[in-house]
Amino acid sequence: MKHLNLKVKVWRQKNASAEGGLVEYEARNIPEDASFLEMLDILNEQLQEKGEPAIAFDHDCREGICGMCSLSINGIPHGPSATTTCQLYMRHFKDGETIFIEPFRARAFPVLRDLMVDRSAFDRIQQAGGYITARTGSAQDANAILIPKPAADKAMEAAACIGCGACVAACPNGSAMLFVGAKATHLNTLPQGQPERNQRTLAMVRKMDAEGFGNCSNHYECEAVCPANIPLTVISQLNRDFVKAAVSESVQ
Amino acid sequence: MKFLASFYGSSIGKKWVVALTGLMLVGYVVGHLVGNLQIFAGPEQINQYAAMLHSMPKALWVIRAVLIAGLFLHVFTTLKLAAENKAAKARQNERRASTAPKPAKKTMVLSGLVLLSFIVYHLLHFTVRSTDPRFHSLPRGEHDVHTMVILGFQNPLVSGFYLLSVFLLCMHLSHGLQSVLQTLGINSKSLRDTLNKGGQTVSWILFAGYASIPVAVLLNKLTVVAP
Amino acid sequence: MSVLDSKIPSGPLDKKWEKFKFESKLINPANKRKYEVIVVGSGLAGASAAATLGELGFKVKCFCYQDSPRRAHSIAAQGGINAAKNYQNDGDSVHRLFYDTIKGGDFRSREANVYRLAQVSTNIIDQCVAQGVPFAREYGGLLANRSFGGAQVSRTFYARGQTGQQLLLGAYSALNRQIAAGSVQMFPRTEMLDLVLVDGHAKGIIVRNMVTGAVSSHAADCVVLATGGYGNVFYLSTNAKGCNVTATYRAHRKGAYFANPCFTQIHPTCIPVSGDYQSKLTLMSESLRNDGRVWAPKTKGDKRPPQQIPESERDYFLERKYPSFGNLAPRDISSRSAKEACDDGRGVGESGLGVYLDFADSIKRLGEKTIRERYGNLFEMYEQITGEDAYKTPMRIFPAVHYTMGGLWVDYELQSNIPGLFVLGEANFSDHGANRLGASALMQGLADGYFVIPYTIGNYLAPQLGKRPSTDHPEFKKAEADTLAQIQRLLAIKGRRTVDSFHRELGLLMWDLCGMARSEKSLGRALSRIPSLREEFWQNVNVLGANEEINQALEKAGRVADFLEFGELMCLDALERRESCGGHFREEFQTPDGEALRDDQNFAHVAAWEYAGAGNRPVRHAEALNYENVHLSTRSYK
Repeated sequence: MKHLNLKVKVWRQKNASAEGGLVEYEARNIPEDASFLEMLDILNEQLQEKGEPAIAFDHDCREGICGMCSLSINGIPHGPSATTTCQLYMRHFKDGETIFIEPFRARAFPVLRDLMVDRSAFDRIQQAGGYITARTGSAQDANAILIPKPAADKAMEAAACIGCGACVAACPNGSAMLFVGAKATHLNTLPQGQPERNQRTLAMVRKMDAEGFGNCSNHYECEAVCPANIPLTVISQLNRDFVKAAVSESVQ
Repeated sequence: MKFLASFYGSSIGKKWVVALTGLMLVGYVVGHLVGNLQIFAGPEQINQYAAMLHSMPKALWVIRAVLIAGLFLHVFTTLKLAAENKAAKARQNERRASTAPKPAKKTMVLSGLVLLSFIVYHLLHFTVRSTDPRFHSLPRGEHDVHTMVILGFQNPLVSGFYLLSVFLLCMHLSHGLQSVLQTLGINSKSLRDTLNKGGQTVSWILFAGYASIPVAVLLNKLTVVAP
Repeated sequence: MSVLDSKIPSGPLDKKWEKFKFESKLINPANKRKYEVIVVGSGLAGASAAATLGELGFKVKCFCYQDSPRRAHSIAAQGGINAAKNYQNDGDSVHRLFYDTIKGGDFRSREANVYRLAQVSTNIIDQCVAQGVPFAREYGGLLANRSFGGAQVSRTFYARGQTGQQLLLGAYSALNRQIAAGSVQMFPRTEMLDLVLVDGHAKGIIVRNMVTGAVSSHAADCVVLATGGYGNVFYLSTNAKGCNVTATYRAHRKGAYFANPCFTQIHPTCIPVSGDYQSKLTLMSESLRNDGRVWAPKTKGDKRPPQQIPESERDYFLERKYPSFGNLAPRDISSRSAKEACDDGRGVGESGLGVYLDFADSIKRLGEKTIRERYGNLFEMYEQITGEDAYKTPMRIFPAVHYTMGGLWVDYELQSNIPGLFVLGEANFSDHGANRLGASALMQGLADGYFVIPYTIGNYLAPQLGKRPSTDHPEFKKAEADTLAQIQRLLAIKGRRTVDSFHRELGLLMWDLCGMARSEKSLGRALSRIPSLREEFWQNVNVLGANEEINQALEKAGRVADFLEFGELMCLDALERRESCGGHFREEFQTPDGEALRDDQNFAHVAAWEYAGAGNRPVRHAEALNYENVHLSTRSYK
C-alpha cells in the first residue's frame, strides 16, 4: 500500500468566543487506503504524543449516513468526491500536497471548537414543522394508503438527506434551502403529508429565515457537494409550495 | 397588506419579487428589441412606430411607470438580499473554492449594477436626449429615431459601451432566465436541461439582436438616409 | 434461583400481551403531567419512547451524545425491518415470525417477549407509513417486501439501502413534534455518566454537557435507557465511533444485572480490515446475499485473481453446507463458515482474511441494470472504500462485530431488576437470544419504544406519584461528586499512552480471544490480560486538556475505562456458558461437522450478572427459559 506525507493547515479555535486561525501540521506516513478522518486520527495520535491537544472534529457513524462529520477540505465541504468526509479516502490526494481543513462556515452554524460547529438550527427547523402528526397507535393499515411508485420514489429521493449541512457551507449565501427543500418535499409529496402541507411549509421556511440562514440565489453549489444527491428541484418545489401556502393562508 | 408585508419579509417572498420583476423586465427587453430591429426596415417604418407610441402618452407613461417601479423593486430587493446573504456568511473560508463555477452566477449583482448605470445613460441619451445636441434638430423632426440612433452609434465609444452593456445584460439573463423559473417553482428533473439551455439560447438571441444595430452602424451597413 | 422474576403473564402465549395490557395500571391523564421520565438515547428505541411518552402527557427529558437526535446509530441500518404482515401471501404469520426469531436466536430468548414482538411488528409498519416513512413500493402503490437471512418468507420492508435512516427520521419527526409541543425537552451533546438510585429506585442520572463540561443532575420518576449495544468493546466494529457501554455499565455498577454479555453478533458481510490505522468496519447490507454468491478458492493459498479461478476450483461453501438456505443462512452460521475457510488458509485478499461475494451470475441472469437498481449505493460505497468495482470483480467480505444480543436484564415490562430502571432496544437482552436475525433490530427498537414501554411503564409509575426526589438529595450530590472525581482522576494521570491505543489493544485482544470462536484457554488468557491492561490504563493513559471544554479525549477515556471492566465481564460470561449457541461458539462444544453444539440441559437459561464491587467476581444468576410453545430442536438450515 502507498503512503503519503502531507501538509495540513487546520483551523484551530479554542471555543466559540475565541479567535481562530489556521495551524500547519505535518501528517506523515498516511496510508492511501485510510479515510480522511482516519488521517486526522493518525495526526491526533501524533499530536497527543507530543503533548498537544487533539484537533476536535465531529464524526460518528463513519459510514456516510449519520451526517455528523463536516469539514471543508480545500474549500469544499466534504472535499473533492461528493461523499461525506468519512467516506473520502486518502487515495484522492497526492504525496506532498497541502490540504486546508476548515469548519463548515455560516452564521447559523457557529464554531464550537476547532472543526466542530453547532448545527442545532437544523433541528429547530424540523421542530417547527418537519413532521406528520400521526399519534402512536392511531395508524390505519399500511397498505390502506396506496402510494404510486413515482411519488414514493420522489419522496425517498428527498428523504435521503442526511442533515450534514454541507449545502449551507457550500452556499455563498449560507442558505439552507436545499436542506429545507428536501425535508419539505419528502413530506409534501406523500398523501399522508397533505393535511399539514401548507402549515408545515410556512413554519419551516419562517424558522429557516429566523435562524439566520441566507437566501437562495440559485448558485447550485449545494447540489454539487450534497453527499446524498439531493436534487435542486426540491428547492423549486419549496418555492412553489411556500407561495401557494402563503396565498392560501392570506385568503383564509 | 399584512400578507404583502409578511410575504416580502420572507426569503422566498423576496426571491419571488425579484423573479417576477425580472420576468417583466425580460418582457420589456424582448419588446424593445422588436421595436429597435425595425430600424433595418428603413426610416419610415421605425419612425412611424415611434410616433405611434408617442400618440398615446397616457399608456406610454403607465408602461414607463410600471417599468421603473419594477426595475426599482428588482434592484432594491436584490441589494437587500445580497446584504442579508453577506451577513449570513459571516466568515469565508481561508481557502475558497467552488464546485459549480459559472461566471454568470457569480456576477449577477455586478452585471446588474453596471446595467443600471447603462440604463440611466441610455435614457439620457435617446429618451431625454440631453447628451447629444444634434438630437434636438433631427431632419424628420422629433420622431426621427432612425437618424438619431445611427448618429448616436457612429460614435465608437457610445457603441462600445452599448455593446458591453447588452453583453452583460445577456450574461445576466443567461443565468437569470432559468433562475427566475427555478424561483417561481417551474423546474423538474425532466425539464431542467431544456429550461437551462432554453434560457441561454434566448439570452444570446437577444444579444445578437441588440448588437446587430451598432455593429451595422459601425460597418456602415446602416447609414443616415436624407429625407 | 430466583431473584429474577420475569413477570410473564399467565395464559396462552397469544393472549398474554392482551391480558397484560388489560391488567396494567392506568394513570389518570391529569396526573400524567406530574410525572417526569428520563430517556437516555435517541435511536429508534429512545426517540420512539420519548415521543410516545411525551404524546401521552408525561414530561420527558431525552438525552443523546450526538449533536442531534437524528444521528443515533440506528440510522446506519441498511437492510430493512421485519413485520408479520403477510402482504406477500407466502405463508407468513405472527406465529411464524415468532418461531423464526426464537429459532434464529438458538432458543436462548424468552418466548413471551418474542411473541409480543411479532405481534406488534405489524403496528410498527402502519405507524411508520403514517409518519411518512418512504418504504419501497410496487407499481400498484402497495408496499414491497424482500427476503432476508434466516427466513423463507418475504417479510422485510425497506427503504432503499437506508431503512434505518428512514425509520429513525420517522421517530425523530415524532420526537420533534413533542419537542415543539413542549412535552419533551431534548439535551443533545450530553452524555450520561451515572445512574442515581434513591431508596433502591432509579430516580435520576448524572450527565456531562460535552460542550461546557458541566456535570449536572437530573431527577425523574423513572429512567429509561435506550443506549444501544457494546460492540465497540472490540474497538473495530460496525458501530458508530461514539457507541459505548457507559450508560448500561454504570447502571450495572449501581446494581442492574447484565444479561448474556457474551452474546455478540458477528455480521458476515463487512468490508475486510485493510490496516491497523483502521477506525471502524463497514457493513455491506445482508440483502446483498439475495443476489450474491459466497465462495472461497478450493485450494489453500490460491492467490490468483478471482476471474482466473475456474468454476470447478471454487467452493461455494454456504450453498454446499446449507443447501436449503444457501447464501441466506443466518448470520452466525455464515460468519463462522467464512472464518473456517480463512482458518483453512483459503482466505482471499492481501491479509487472507476475506471471502468473495460474487455477483457475476446475477448480473448475467438479471443484467447489470437490475443489480445497479437494487444495490447501486452499496456498490458505490464499496468502491469508495476499497477502490474496486464490484460489477467487474467480486466483493471481498469478512465478518465483523455488528450487534450485541446481550444487555441489561429486563422483565416482561422491560424493567431491570432496579425498580424504575427500564431498558429498551439493543441495550436490553430480551428478544434475540444468542443470535439476531437480519431486519429484527429495527423491529425491536421501535416495538419497545412505540408499543411496549407506553403500556408497561404505568405499573411502576402509578404508585410513585409525588415520590420524585429533588436533585438536592444526598444521593445526587454523591453521584455528582463521584463522577467529577473520576474525570479529575483521568485528567491527572498524564501518562504516555493515548486513549485510543488502549482501546485498540483491548479490542484486538477481545477479537482474538473472545470473538467468533472462544475456548476455555483463550478466555482464560483474556481474563488474565484485561486486568493488567486496565491497570496500565489507570497509570499511563494520557488525557490532555481540561474538563471545562470540549474534550473528545476525555469523553473517550471515560468510555474506554468502562470497556476495560466490561470486557472482563463478557469473557467471564463466555467462559461460564459451557456450550455453543448462536453467536457464542465455544470450540470445545461442536458437532463432528463443526456446527454449534447446544446444551439445553444445563444452559437453557439467561445468565444475569450482578456487580459485586470493584475487584470482586460478579455473581451469576440464572433465569430459566421455559419453552411451552416451541420444541427445542437443533437449529438446522441445511
